[in-house]
Amino acid sequence: MTEAVATVPVAGRSLWADAKARLLRNKAAMVSLVYIMVMAVTCIFGPMVAPNDFTTIHADYTRVPPSLSAYPKADAIEAALKDALRRARLDVVTWQQDGGAVSVTIRSGKPIDPRTTRYLDRSDAFENAAITATSADGLEATMTASVKQTYFLFGTDSNGRDLLQRTLVAGRVSLSIGLLAGIVAVVIGVLYGATAGLVGGKTDEIMMRIVDILYSLPFIFFVIMLVVFFGRNFVLMFLAVGAVLWLDMARIVRGQALSLKRQEYVQAAEALGVGKWGILMRHVVPNLLGPVVIYMTLLVPQVIILESFLSYLGLGVQEPLSSWGVLISQGSKSIPGAQWLLIFPSLFLTTTLFALNFIGDGLRDALDPKDR
Amino acid sequence: MLRYVLRRLLTAIPTLFVIVTISFFLIRVAPGGPFNQEKGLNPVIKANLERQFGLDLPLWKQYLNYLGNLLHGDFGPSYNLPDFTVGELFRTGLPVSIQLGASALVLALAFGTILGIIAALNQNRGGDYAVVATATAGSTIPTFVIAPLFQLFFALTLKWVPVGGWGDGAWVNKIGPVITLMLPQLAIVARLMRGSMIEALRAHHIRTARAMGLSDYSVVVRHAMRGALLPIVSYAGPAAASLLTGSLIVEYIFAIPGVGRYFVDAALNRDYTLVMGTVVVIAIFTLVFNLIVDLLYAVVDPRVRYD
Repeated sequence: MTEAVATVPVAGRSLWADAKARLLRNKAAMVSLVYIMVMAVTCIFGPMVAPNDFTTIHADYTRVPPSLSAYPKADAIEAALKDALRRARLDVVTWQQDGGAVSVTIRSGKPIDPRTTRYLDRSDAFENAAITATSADGLEATMTASVKQTYFLFGTDSNGRDLLQRTLVAGRVSLSIGLLAGIVAVVIGVLYGATAGLVGGKTDEIMMRIVDILYSLPFIFFVIMLVVFFGRNFVLMFLAVGAVLWLDMARIVRGQALSLKRQEYVQAAEALGVGKWGILMRHVVPNLLGPVVIYMTLLVPQVIILESFLSYLGLGVQEPLSSWGVLISQGSKSIPGAQWLLIFPSLFLTTTLFALNFIGDGLRDALDPKDR
Repeated sequence: MLRYVLRRLLTAIPTLFVIVTISFFLIRVAPGGPFNQEKGLNPVIKANLERQFGLDLPLWKQYLNYLGNLLHGDFGPSYNLPDFTVGELFRTGLPVSIQLGASALVLALAFGTILGIIAALNQNRGGDYAVVATATAGSTIPTFVIAPLFQLFFALTLKWVPVGGWGDGAWVNKIGPVITLMLPQLAIVARLMRGSMIEALRAHHIRTARAMGLSDYSVVVRHAMRGALLPIVSYAGPAAASLLTGSLIVEYIFAIPGVGRYFVDAALNRDYTLVMGTVVVIAIFTLVFNLIVDLLYAVVDPRVRYD
């Protein structure tokens, strides 16, 4: 100890530089950080790039399994064609396919109305249908149409909506709920806890008793009451979820504030005549930042789980919007025939939760080395 | 000791009272009522129903009535399951939930402790990483993902167990619910045990024990484990209370006739008495298990005494 003091002073590294170096060395945390960024970018921009729209219902493709090649499959074209023309009450004489186009000769008891091409256009399998030739009596015609290629990389749900789109849009909802409710919880918790800790005395006692009482109420009861009060409003849900999760934050921050108040350097600052505000900004806030950041990263997955749980119960996000919880709930009801509906959203949710947990653990190790 | 228990039980009464009061008024402030249906009940019928259940009285009077009945052990009738009293619902449902919850708790504590010790003894080696990975997975993947995946693989694909149902308590029906209830708890117990065991193994008395030539078994089980069990004991209290009062998700997915399902349905339907009953039962379980935990402290850690 004394030797260290005797040597030439080395340029010190700040707490934050130290923490950053430790975090960068943590492989699991860095991989997770990249993963979360990729996930966020995919969920935000993916729906604009990926095929289909998340609300479009493909009536001909309900519960089709995930596939890398386009629908309709080659062997399904004939069935789709005959199906569409049967609805138009036309008989198929011959049909052939060359490349991405089909041409079909049709016959009917009555003269063929050129508007019947709509029956082909309306099918999910074809587009640009047109009549190219009509026989002299008008009872026979040749119709061409191009095959509409639709990609369902994740398959479709029971309503024929693209699961890839739904999963990505759900990701937007789940991630933004996680972030927003996390921020709400942290803001309430920090303000409440810091006030209780810094003011102290009777105020502190009363404030913490209130937290204790809220703690002892069954958590889910509290959440449901909030949802009942605020209705099924998306933004208010954030606030409700955030407003429930601030209790731990308040306790942590209060504890920190209490111990900080008794630190020698804070007392020294007080003795030197530094104002309350100065002490707060210079000493209290930087010291609180570590635990707050750690807690917040661990809070986000909690919020996502809670939101998914509420959505699972039907109390969360409403159609046509969805969240991972909604998709998992729908998926778990259709597992006998359509496993992909459960597996893809579950995969997105759990990998995100894993990554967030690793980041939280990494931050904890980086900012609070004595906990290692 | 006995005096301590009595004092704790006495202080539990005001806590319970506060919880009952807050939840009573909270659920009453919520808009809607038990007889508000989407189609709209005939107002005369609704008024009659409300009079029959005493819901037309001023709120403070209803509150006093409820407290009075509660003191006599009467939870009142359920509004939305009109053939049952809340007491009857609990008498049939609670044993089911307790059976599943207790099995899950015992298994989680037993395996979690063992896994935690294995991890601590092999710190930063293969066994440790395996346990930590399992624990992270178990505590990260939510129950509502594990349960349907379990059904998909073990019930629908492999056909080892039934998909759901209680089957009058047949043991094959319990496998799924117990495992899904157990996994998250097991994960947390293993993590806690690993951490506290690593710390305990570094303690001076362990070094002394080793220096005295005690066998590994004796060092680990008799000397290190005892101290390391403290965090597990304090975790087990709240965990027991929440496991034994039934899990909503697990009971929904596996179609188990326990009490976990009642809470959310009752809150959404404003089935006031059933909500209150559930709150009271959960609160009592929590208070009792916290007391048991504190008493167990004294057993595990001789430094803790209640005189």
